[in-house]
Amino acid sequence: MVKLTIPATELVRPGHAACPGCGPALAMRLLLKGLGPRTVLSMPACCWTVIATPYPTTALGVALLDNPIESTGASISGIRAAVDALAIPDVTVVGFAGDGGTADIGLQALSGMLERRTNAIYVMYDNEAYMNTGIQRSGATPEGAWTTTTPVGGAGRGKPERKKDIMGIVLAHRPVYAATLNPSFPEDFVRKAAKAREIAGPRFLHVFAPCPPGWRYSSEETIEIGRLATDTGVFPLYEVADGHLRLTRRLSSLKPIGEYLGRQGRYAHLTPEERARLQAEVRSGWERILREDASGSPGGPFSSRSSHAATKGDTVEAA
Amino acid sequence: MTQIVMSGNSAQSYAALLARVQVIAAYPITPQTTIVEKLAEFVANGRLAAQYLQVESEHSALQSVVSASALGARTYTATSSQGLLLMHEVLHWASGLRVPVVMGVVNRAVAPPWSIGADHADTIAQRDTGWIQFYAESNQEVLDTVLEAYRIAEDPAVRLPAMVTEDAFYLSHTVEPVDVPSAETVDAFLPAREVRAILVPGVPARLGSFTGPIEYVGFRRDVARAMERVLPTLAAVEEDYARRTGRDHGGPLPTYRTEDADAVLLTMGTATTTARAVIDALREEGHRVGLAKLRVFRPFPVEAVRALAASVDRIGVLDRSFTFGPTGAAAMEVRSALYDASPRPLVSDFVAGIGGRDITPEAITRMFALLEGPEPPELTWIDLAAPEASADG
Repeated sequence: MVKLTIPATELVRPGHAACPGCGPALAMRLLLKGLGPRTVLSMPACCWTVIATPYPTTALGVALLDNPIESTGASISGIRAAVDALAIPDVTVVGFAGDGGTADIGLQALSGMLERRTNAIYVMYDNEAYMNTGIQRSGATPEGAWTTTTPVGGAGRGKPERKKDIMGIVLAHRPVYAATLNPSFPEDFVRKAAKAREIAGPRFLHVFAPCPPGWRYSSEETIEIGRLATDTGVFPLYEVADGHLRLTRRLSSLKPIGEYLGRQGRYAHLTPEERARLQAEVRSGWERILREDASGSPGGPFSSRSSHAATKGDTVEAA
Repeated sequence: MTQIVMSGNSAQSYAALLARVQVIAAYPITPQTTIVEKLAEFVANGRLAAQYLQVESEHSALQSVVSASALGARTYTATSSQGLLLMHEVLHWASGLRVPVVMGVVNRAVAPPWSIGADHADTIAQRDTGWIQFYAESNQEVLDTVLEAYRIAEDPAVRLPAMVTEDAFYLSHTVEPVDVPSAETVDAFLPAREVRAILVPGVPARLGSFTGPIEYVGFRRDVARAMERVLPTLAAVEEDYARRTGRDHGGPLPTYRTEDADAVLLTMGTATTTARAVIDALREEGHRVGLAKLRVFRPFPVEAVRALAASVDRIGVLDRSFTFGPTGAAAMEVRSALYDASPRPLVSDFVAGIGGRDITPEAITRMFALLEGPEPPELTWIDLAAPEASADG
């Protein structure tokens, strides 16, 4: 008999308002399994504002504070300060924001929270566009992807720019722990969430969050598409603790990116040449991660990333 | 009680110290900066056991104290001008979440052009955000009002955020003797905040949320009703404060020599002190003039203004800002309050002292000359021209 490592406790309740096959809904469910009921969440305007259901109901089994779209980092600094000032025991403070609310409009507050070393976990669930407002491109939208503001047709070939490297930005702040998580790999997901919970200091989780209506695929394909994202090298799974990078899903070879792109309507317009360019991009990103994994530290294009280990002295909380 | 010679900014800091605030968010802006500097000293030298958050913007300053307050902490932050404008979005969140945040604001002009001079446009522009607004005349009033603001903001009948403002430089950087009540006195007046179950770790609940129109209108009405309870609460809180300290700043609209006055000037902040001296001088000359100090702008003291109007023929309003309405903001509020009054006094608005321009005794004398003249204009910008160069200077 297989031993289940994922807690049975459900902190996302039946009756939530997510679309069928919603990646962010799965992400929250797994996240709270790893973080537990003493979590206090702060959340900006995002899909989860709606998914959590309107007043007077809530789909979450934890305390939840709404905040404006750009201020999640500041909100969790305030919550942590109050928890410490009032000596409330055993609280996990978590910001939970989308890619727009994090990598675009919320970047300043995130940077502030990381720099002042707030003892909290910041989670960016990345569905790669402004999905709650109806599929507008964000800084985290990948190159080539169709959105309503990067239309296809005439000169339009989807988003012309590359995806913003949020992990690179975060790692430049030297968090005590940062990791990429994918709900298609639930054991790895819950393990990283639970591990983050036990560490004190600023922590960041980058969560892959497929969106059936936004990515233009059928809702039953979410898990499969998530697996392909990691196994093609589009979304490698790794963690960086105390400045040391470690791949948590090693691959002997990458699947061709076409297997991933071909499943999603948002990439349907891509020519073989455009796909080849994206394939080259993914391969070079994967090779960089492999080098960092081998050397044990994040390097990347910025020397600051390889020369800075996380600040020592951030202690590990007793479990 | 001790008497300390201090600036208005120090009065803010001492009040936060005496209130035993638990979370402070700090971001510098002239002329507010010395408030959070002094608080940093209090925390560093162990006089104040507070979490001191070094934030990266005013938006984050207010957000962090709003979130801290939602968990039950007593909080403080301070700002000015552009910083307050950046906070605008979060000001609405504070009142909507019903968190009793107290904030010091040093009134400073809004750019462009850049100016660090006194001007009320920054806080007047926040009049619609659901915050209680106090305008202080002296450093003593700053200290006392901040302490009273905590009591009012945290009162279960109110639970609204409050800002206590002071004029840039006239108070913020000018020192005068301030009676500082003892810690025992303040602890008895303002005990530790009773933590109410707004957001409790371990309890599934949501603060903020989203609603349909039926619930939404109810929440807005709740804030409006809370605002209606502010002035009665202020009366009770001031009475208690006076009993403990001997000081009473006279409610939302204290008056001076208005008993038999025909013409009254309504002022906010430091212009009041100058106006008081002018009124004494004009009284010597036989003018029946008086003064009303608008100490609380939100909620606007409609009843007090109507009571004042019952006995005077003409009301001049000194607006230390202009926010591009038909008249200055205070004059519009006064006119609105008096529309149904019978008899209805004439209201004349004077825009003066903006961008840090001095409001001189001569300027206030000119206001009274216009107010008592044959046809007081609806709106006059005082001191548009540069002052005449004096012989010695």
